[in-house]
Amino acid sequence: MPVKQMTAAADLADRYDIVVIGAGPAGMAAATEAASHDVRVLLCDENPAPGGQIYRAITRNRPVAFKLLGASYAEGLPLVQRFLDCRADYAAGATVWSLQGAHPESEPEIGLTLGGSARRIRAGRVILATGATERPMPVPGWTLPGVMMAGAAQIALKSASAVPQGRIVLAGCGPLLYLLANQLSDAGAHIVALLDTSDRRQRWAAIQHLPSFAASPYLRKGLSLLVSAYRRIKVIGGVQDIAVSGQDRAEKVRFSTRKKQHVIEADTVLLHQGVIPAINLTSAAGCELVWDDAQHCFRPVVDGVGRTSVPGIICAGDGAGIGGARHAAVAGRIAAMTATTDLRIGTDPDCARQLSALQRRARYLLRGRRFLDLLYHPAPQFRAPRDPDTIVCRCEEIRAGTLRQAVGLGVPGPNQLKTFLRCGMGPCQGRMCAPTVTEIMAEMQGKSPAEVGTYRLRAPVKPLRLAELAAMPHTPAAIQAVAGHAPSDFQPNRKESP
Amino acid sequence: MFRRIEAVADEIGFFFDGRPLRAMQGETVATALLASGVGVFRSSVVSGAPRAPLCLMGVCFDCLVEIDGVENRQSCLVEIREGMDVRSQNRARQLKQGTISCR
Amino acid sequence: MHNPEIRDMVVVGGGLVGASLAWGLAREGVSTLVLDGDDLDLRASRANFALVWVQGKGLGAPDYALWSQTAAGCWPEFATELAADSGIDVGLSQRGGFSFALSDRELEQLASEMVRIRSETGVRAASYEVLDAVATRVRLPHVGPDVVGSIYSRADGHVNALRLFRALHVAMTARGVEYRAHHAVSDIAAVSNGFRLSGNWGSVLARRVVLAAGLDNQRLAPMLGLHAPMKRSKGQILVTEKCRPFFDHVSATIRQTDEGGVMIGDSEETGTESIMTDQDISAVLAHRAIRVFPCLSEANVLRSWTGFRIKTMDGMPIYEQSERHPGAFLASCHSGVTLASNHMLRVAPMIAAGALAPELAPFHSRRFHVQAH
Repeated sequence: MPVKQMTAAADLADRYDIVVIGAGPAGMAAATEAASHDVRVLLCDENPAPGGQIYRAITRNRPVAFKLLGASYAEGLPLVQRFLDCRADYAAGATVWSLQGAHPESEPEIGLTLGGSARRIRAGRVILATGATERPMPVPGWTLPGVMMAGAAQIALKSASAVPQGRIVLAGCGPLLYLLANQLSDAGAHIVALLDTSDRRQRWAAIQHLPSFAASPYLRKGLSLLVSAYRRIKVIGGVQDIAVSGQDRAEKVRFSTRKKQHVIEADTVLLHQGVIPAINLTSAAGCELVWDDAQHCFRPVVDGVGRTSVPGIICAGDGAGIGGARHAAVAGRIAAMTATTDLRIGTDPDCARQLSALQRRARYLLRGRRFLDLLYHPAPQFRAPRDPDTIVCRCEEIRAGTLRQAVGLGVPGPNQLKTFLRCGMGPCQGRMCAPTVTEIMAEMQGKSPAEVGTYRLRAPVKPLRLAELAAMPHTPAAIQAVAGHAPSDFQPNRKESP
Repeated sequence: MFRRIEAVADEIGFFFDGRPLRAMQGETVATALLASGVGVFRSSVVSGAPRAPLCLMGVCFDCLVEIDGVENRQSCLVEIREGMDVRSQNRARQLKQGTISCR
Repeated sequence: MHNPEIRDMVVVGGGLVGASLAWGLAREGVSTLVLDGDDLDLRASRANFALVWVQGKGLGAPDYALWSQTAAGCWPEFATELAADSGIDVGLSQRGGFSFALSDRELEQLASEMVRIRSETGVRAASYEVLDAVATRVRLPHVGPDVVGSIYSRADGHVNALRLFRALHVAMTARGVEYRAHHAVSDIAAVSNGFRLSGNWGSVLARRVVLAAGLDNQRLAPMLGLHAPMKRSKGQILVTEKCRPFFDHVSATIRQTDEGGVMIGDSEETGTESIMTDQDISAVLAHRAIRVFPCLSEANVLRSWTGFRIKTMDGMPIYEQSERHPGAFLASCHSGVTLASNHMLRVAPMIAAGALAPELAPFHSRRFHVQAH
């Protein structure tokens, strides 16, 4: 029996045994595994089709895309197929805007919008598979049209067979940048230069983890990427002080190397300095976060099988710490087994044996990551911009200089800064500025990012129309809390509840 | 702006600011606009500066457009449909007058 | 053991109340240190509704009604001084405020409260109008058909409370106030000619001290022979994306900020300590807001947050100097935005001079002892 495509909030059940959020490798694997245990499963995903960003648009099966994207993209096919064949409800285009953990008297609950209406759904367990986002790379001019994150160009390639027109400059660091350079080049795009901003000092930190990397599945792939890129593309190393300029869109990229200034003309500038866990929903649910020094980001605290600090909420895949697609698929299965075991549904005597096999596999797939994490640790100047005019919060257009001035007042942390300046208060809810704000405070106050902390988030973590909120049930207690009187007191002729 | 690297098989038509454009079945509104040569999606709410998508994965909110009368939608998350009426957004939204109650 | 730091004046708390007082003290020439807590401490100053509000305040407490009215009256002067010291315009707008009624009973209730306050204050309370549905709609064409009437008072207004908070910190810093975050005060002891304030950061000796620590005043006050009984009161607010200006007045539950966002409040829960937003409450807040202004229905809610009010047992502020330990002052109040002007322009000079004037006598905590008998 294939998945049941849900298109309207009203068609969803009031309760599912397991709700999975995100249809990337972790989410698809989790839903598939959970559904095999004869439980009611719902998978919600924001995107129109399954696959997450890594396997984006894979179900549309376009030969040109498969040829360009290579074997690691095609690897997703069986995973997606198994998911589409499983007995789960699947809500594509669903926005989950709230998540609450279990309480002694209540199960976890999600709030979501599907087909234009909002709904709240109870769940025995919630598996967060929210994946990764690109680490912001705030440079002067990065709000100009024509400047995109490298991942965006890859998404356009995967989902729309489209590549940027005209001259392309790639800038930043990390394996994805080189992978994209090769893919765009293969697709016939015109790459003028790849500006590598890697912090060269990191090589020494990384080198001690080389043996583990050498024994990992990443070595051959990584080397061939580099060789291929260096053969075809002008790669400039040791790049600093990148600034994009242009009238109404990107026209020029300025940068420096050692003591030399450079200017190149470009129509598209693609930025990238690694990926970080997408933690907004996790954080708003109250899950405890921890600073990961190697990956240089906040991630949720999870136990060996993905349980977060909040009862009933399990986290799997890159959203729990960057481990890559293959690792995510294994982590998703582990999370599903954890959920079914916790709910005492998984009666399979083989469960424990399977779980430990999966955990061994997960550990194997993490080998070599530390080397990559350290080698591609983004340079400080691209994490905490020095140029005062650089926009840090894109929504509220708050610049680095303004932030630094306010930090100079001695603010206790990012949340006070948010109040003072509105940074992080726009529609993206700090997704684009939170890492930078933490970095700037850490640098100025001489603290670690862990000590500085990050924004405290609360639902809704994604915008929803006021009418959607208003159309949800009105409990007597809530009416009392808002109107200051019981529902019947003041409206004898008026029905307050929908 | 983007260009296609393969011929689009199942083309569909939609409108951007009243102009008829073509898109690929199954893609999002955001990539349909980019591949049609649309370079600016909106002007920013605070300063009015031109903006276009940054992330294409639902994070940055720079791809906001009006879709079939609903303002400030993330065009990178909405699948393009035949006949869709897409409009660029100019700074902050205007609240529409009227007395439509939510009930 | 090395000698502890000795300061003339220490203000405990760097919120709106603490910062207004510290800035005012610095303007009186008092060398002031502000000790503040951590980023995630409960902070009403980050959660408020930003009203400079008089209407309906002080029911059964005429002194509070008049105190609020005085505050609103001197807000323009306060805002001017603040702009001069901080360079920040806090966007004060006092064009009058509405309280909307969604049923005849609600309108009756609102109107009778206004009558009571007028009479209790000996008609000194600000004048107001009771408007029926038609009259309300004439002034506010966007108002929906469910609004049966409103109370309008010319005295009400609002500011940009985020900029206010920052401006106070900029202004007090410019006037030489020293501010220390991560300096939560765990203990205060009266010592010879002063007080020792200590925490996990160490300790400091102060000749005088002002407690402006919000809900924590309840714990700190007894250490100095002061009294600040509080009750739990959680509020929740929704805010929309920025919209073009549509409502240039203000109401107790809906206001449009000068940046365009529409704030929708508010609720009161008394039985919870959780800071999480409650989706049941969001639904009712949203519903009532749309009934008042149907044009809001398509606006996106971007954020929602909660805060705990600094609510004393009777809702009135507490200002007092310790009788047992002169030099120790207490300021505990809700409405830190409205009262900021009074705190800076009136209360701070009294504290600097060492005595609270008789006009503050009604706000002494002894009123709670009287009730206890």
